[in-house]
Amino acid sequence: MHNLSWILKMAFRDFRKNVAKLLLFVSSIVIGIAALVGISSFGDNLSQDINNQAKELMGADLELKNNQPLGEQPTDSIATRIAEEINFASMVVFPATDDSRLTQVRALAGEYPFYGKLETLPESAESSFRSGGRKALVEKLLLAQFNAQVGDSIKIGELTFLIEGELQKVPGQTGITASVAPAVYIPMEYVEATGLIQYGSRLNYLRYYELPSDQDPELLKTKYEAQWDEARIDADTLADRKRSTGRSFQNLSNFLSLVAFIALLLGCVGVASAVNVFVKEKLASVAVLRCLGVSSWSAMLIYLTQILMMGLLGSLLGAGLGTLLQFALPAVFKDFLPVAVTVQVSWTSVGFGVLTGLFVSVLFALLPLLKIRKVSPMATLRPEAGETKISRDPLRWAVIVTILLFIFGFSFYLLKDWKVALGFTGFVVFAFATLWTVALGIMWMIRRFLPLSLQYPIRQSLANLYRPNNQTVSLIATIGLGTAMISTLFFVQNQLLDEARFAGKEDQPNMLLFDIQSHQVDAVAGRIKDRNLPIMQQVPIVTMALESINGLTKKANEDLPEEERRSRGLYNREFRVSYRDTLIASERLVKGNLRKVENQGDSVFVSFDQGYAERTGINLGDEIIFNVQGRPIKTFVGSFRDIKFNQVSTNFLVLFPENVLNNAPKFHVLITKTANDRQAADVQSEIVREFPNISVINLGMIVETLEEILGKISFVIQFMAFFSIITGILVLISSLIISKYQRMKESILLRTLGASSGVVSKINTLEYFFLGSLASLSGIMLSFLATGLLSKFVFELPFRAAFKEAFFVYLAITLLTVILGWLNGRKIVKVAPMEILRE
Amino acid sequence: MSILSVKQVSKTYQSGSRKLTVLDEVNFDIQAGDTIAIVGPSGSGKTTLLGLCAGLDSASTGSVSLNGQSMENLSEDQRADIRSKFVGFIFQNFQLLPTLTALENVMVPLELKKRKDAKQKALELLTKVGLGNRATHYPTQLSGGEQQRVSIARAFANEPKILFADEPTGNLDTETGEMIEKLIFDLNKEQGTTLVLVTHDLELAKKTNRIIHIKGGKIQEDTYA
Ligand SMILES: Nc1ncnc2c1ncn2[C@@H]1O[C@H](COP(=O)(O)OP(=O)(O)OP(=O)(O)O)[C@@H](O)[C@H]1O
Ligand SMILES: [Mg+2]
Repeated sequence: MHNLSWILKMAFRDFRKNVAKLLLFVSSIVIGIAALVGISSFGDNLSQDINNQAKELMGADLELKNNQPLGEQPTDSIATRIAEEINFASMVVFPATDDSRLTQVRALAGEYPFYGKLETLPESAESSFRSGGRKALVEKLLLAQFNAQVGDSIKIGELTFLIEGELQKVPGQTGITASVAPAVYIPMEYVEATGLIQYGSRLNYLRYYELPSDQDPELLKTKYEAQWDEARIDADTLADRKRSTGRSFQNLSNFLSLVAFIALLLGCVGVASAVNVFVKEKLASVAVLRCLGVSSWSAMLIYLTQILMMGLLGSLLGAGLGTLLQFALPAVFKDFLPVAVTVQVSWTSVGFGVLTGLFVSVLFALLPLLKIRKVSPMATLRPEAGETKISRDPLRWAVIVTILLFIFGFSFYLLKDWKVALGFTGFVVFAFATLWTVALGIMWMIRRFLPLSLQYPIRQSLANLYRPNNQTVSLIATIGLGTAMISTLFFVQNQLLDEARFAGKEDQPNMLLFDIQSHQVDAVAGRIKDRNLPIMQQVPIVTMALESINGLTKKANEDLPEEERRSRGLYNREFRVSYRDTLIASERLVKGNLRKVENQGDSVFVSFDQGYAERTGINLGDEIIFNVQGRPIKTFVGSFRDIKFNQVSTNFLVLFPENVLNNAPKFHVLITKTANDRQAADVQSEIVREFPNISVINLGMIVETLEEILGKISFVIQFMAFFSIITGILVLISSLIISKYQRMKESILLRTLGASSGVVSKINTLEYFFLGSLASLSGIMLSFLATGLLSKFVFELPFRAAFKEAFFVYLAITLLTVILGWLNGRKIVKVAPMEILRE
Repeated sequence: MSILSVKQVSKTYQSGSRKLTVLDEVNFDIQAGDTIAIVGPSGSGKTTLLGLCAGLDSASTGSVSLNGQSMENLSEDQRADIRSKFVGFIFQNFQLLPTLTALENVMVPLELKKRKDAKQKALELLTKVGLGNRATHYPTQLSGGEQQRVSIARAFANEPKILFADEPTGNLDTETGEMIEKLIFDLNKEQGTTLVLVTHDLELAKKTNRIIHIKGGKIQEDTYA
């Protein structure tokens, strides 16, 4: 090997003439790195902000929670301040318009939050709300939805409250949670009078503590843990909250990093493909260098150094762009964030991004660069001797393995689960392999079957797809994968919405009334029937807790060693159970059978949701004792059901047979179908007016909420997928520029042979049209496959191919390709033949 | 002393199931300081022979030794090292490195030998071939004849013991060709280099002191002037 300084000198000399070209090569990784650095910086800052603002996030030092009144607690006497909250889901009505909607009502006593405050408009409302009187603070989204204002009134249960202020920000709440269950605060003293504290209401009793600074909430929690566990009290400290919030946002930022990583990988394919062309152009020079006595590694290093320099430049550029990008991110993610995010340069993220960029650009460039080692000096005498085949080169395989390991390692780092990481790697390999094979197959077919009878421009433009040094295959792979990502998101979103809307058609129920007390059932059913609406289901619900399973009580379970212990959730859960002897349309028996209880003293066999049973390790034949309002009931697991949760229907994890719970205290759910939204609104307001404790959900509202949430999520995902599309476009542009010279020569040749510039343009445009079509169609095919798999295994929905949307995606991508190609080709057609001779 | 010795050298190419023998048991020896022309019809194997002699390619059978070093058991990189020490090349299509200036092209062999005075020496050579004022030009900015003069300067830069030239004037008009020939022979004489050139041009061949005729991969005639 020759000394490094000479290699650097040669690299620099060669570089002078290649700067523009090389810059183009690495431009494809810039966006990927930018996305990676942007997301990672944002994640860094976010986790810092969560740490710094955790107190405001939680509003207290310690929080206790149970589904029944907390009673006296040992911590009460230690605290400097205590606040109480009862929250539950309930309908609220705006009497002015008679509009109603399900919300989360929070009855508050005390000065919660102790840290931070309820942000209200007007600002004074936060304190005047606490000064007594029937006043409410209402989430701004809710006010906006019904055009209500501060000063209007709002009816909650039996009571009417004055809207004192508009809630801007509630501790710990994000835009998403606010649109699912907007919050309404009322003073605790009125909660009884609303009449909503009744059997069946899902009530949460919370107690917030402010502790003196010498009291460590963690220590308190450990001290009373056993006691609280026994009473099913959930204790949350600041550190817990930091951890759980931090973890969920770490997951979010890791997921987004993964999306950014895909964009980076696309860019890498672009780099490999462009460097491949670069290497082919350099083969002659390499042969000369070899003739002059340069060793094969030195020759390769001359070019590798240049890639390294450009990789560094591209990564720095990407990191800079990424750092700028994070200024935009808080706006993009605002609906998901519980805290205000500060924006600052995260040097670890920048360093991480630059190293990653450098590493991947070199790694992917090596694939073609390794060829240089195999160039024979004989090529100087006989050019065709320069063609090298290196499919058998073990080093090249080593690079491929390294790339796979890198993808796996990177996804493992983000996902922290080797199986998922392996799945992701598999998916990436599969997607690329599929697109690659499709592209190769198409190229082969064109070559093989291109009919001579085709019109000349069409034939020529198809033939152009396999011109020497073409990048057709890699373009199809990169643009195709970008298309696949975008359209999968698009299709899945549409499919979910379609499914929800579809439920409104046919004979599907579309309105659900719940929290109906036993004495109200007949009256409510009467109101429905009066309007000639069907009662499609009338379901009794009994709440209960699990006392023991195969004799193992909660307490005994706690004493078991960690690995033998059953899930705590099993014992802490409030089961909402119904009873019937038949299955309904949304369920299917998968194991065992439903057994009736016909005589007093028959054993009671219950049916579990299969998925839940699997998750919690419940088997057929297990003996489970449930505690129903203090009365133990011994049951056996008799069957498993597979439940589809995608219909407006009541579904139960546990189903009892008839004749066991008939006398237990219970409440009811009624399901009906209204003819249209107007009628739904009428029924809803009538029921809510007369029975304020009853909650009503109609499908229209579900669809609306779903649309809103999907809109927010998909905005974020589309924002991320955007990076892949941009990368795809950059790869396309770079390949267009690389092939410019070749295209010029061809077009001159054609014109010399007498083709008009019109024909030449037509050929070019057609070529881009075919390229864009092939790429987008392959991508769409892949996304149909992905959507199909997602529908089947994740959402458990029947797959409906979204042909209309697919056609739209196809048009957009193809048009984009044609336009870019046309912009690049405009000058080519006009170039004078002489310029080629001069080159 | 024999600087190049070719013993029983054959070269065969496998194309499909057919075996194509391009060189068939070729033997000859070249003494240091000789000038030799290899002539023969197109496709007779001249270029192949030159490539083998210069160690650019390896023979199917037989042995080639350059400066007393036999080449068949050397790796490509070891042969490259020998080339950088003893061998110079002039090609029909010049083969300048397009991204390097004329001066830098000439400097490459000197730099490979780690000569400190590479730049000065290269400039001297460029001046000698009459291009002292074109040092900073890139190959695309030079005419064919000028490019070939640069490549001659590059070939003589490392003061090779043996110089190989494949049709050095093949791409040039007669007049320029003659100028190039003169340059090659003058520098050759000055440095005492051994010269092996392949040509179609019998006039050029006659200027050497030995002509090897090759036909169908075999030496037909080996005549000394
Ligand atoms: N890689 C190869 N595979 C198969 N045959 C080859 C290969 N390289 C050269 N040949 C054949 O070897 C023969 C000799 O080629 P060579 O280039 O040495 O001829 P030449 O005498 O230099 O011809 P010219 O005067 O036209 O340059 C030719 O018939 C050629 O087709
Ligand atoms: Mg030849």
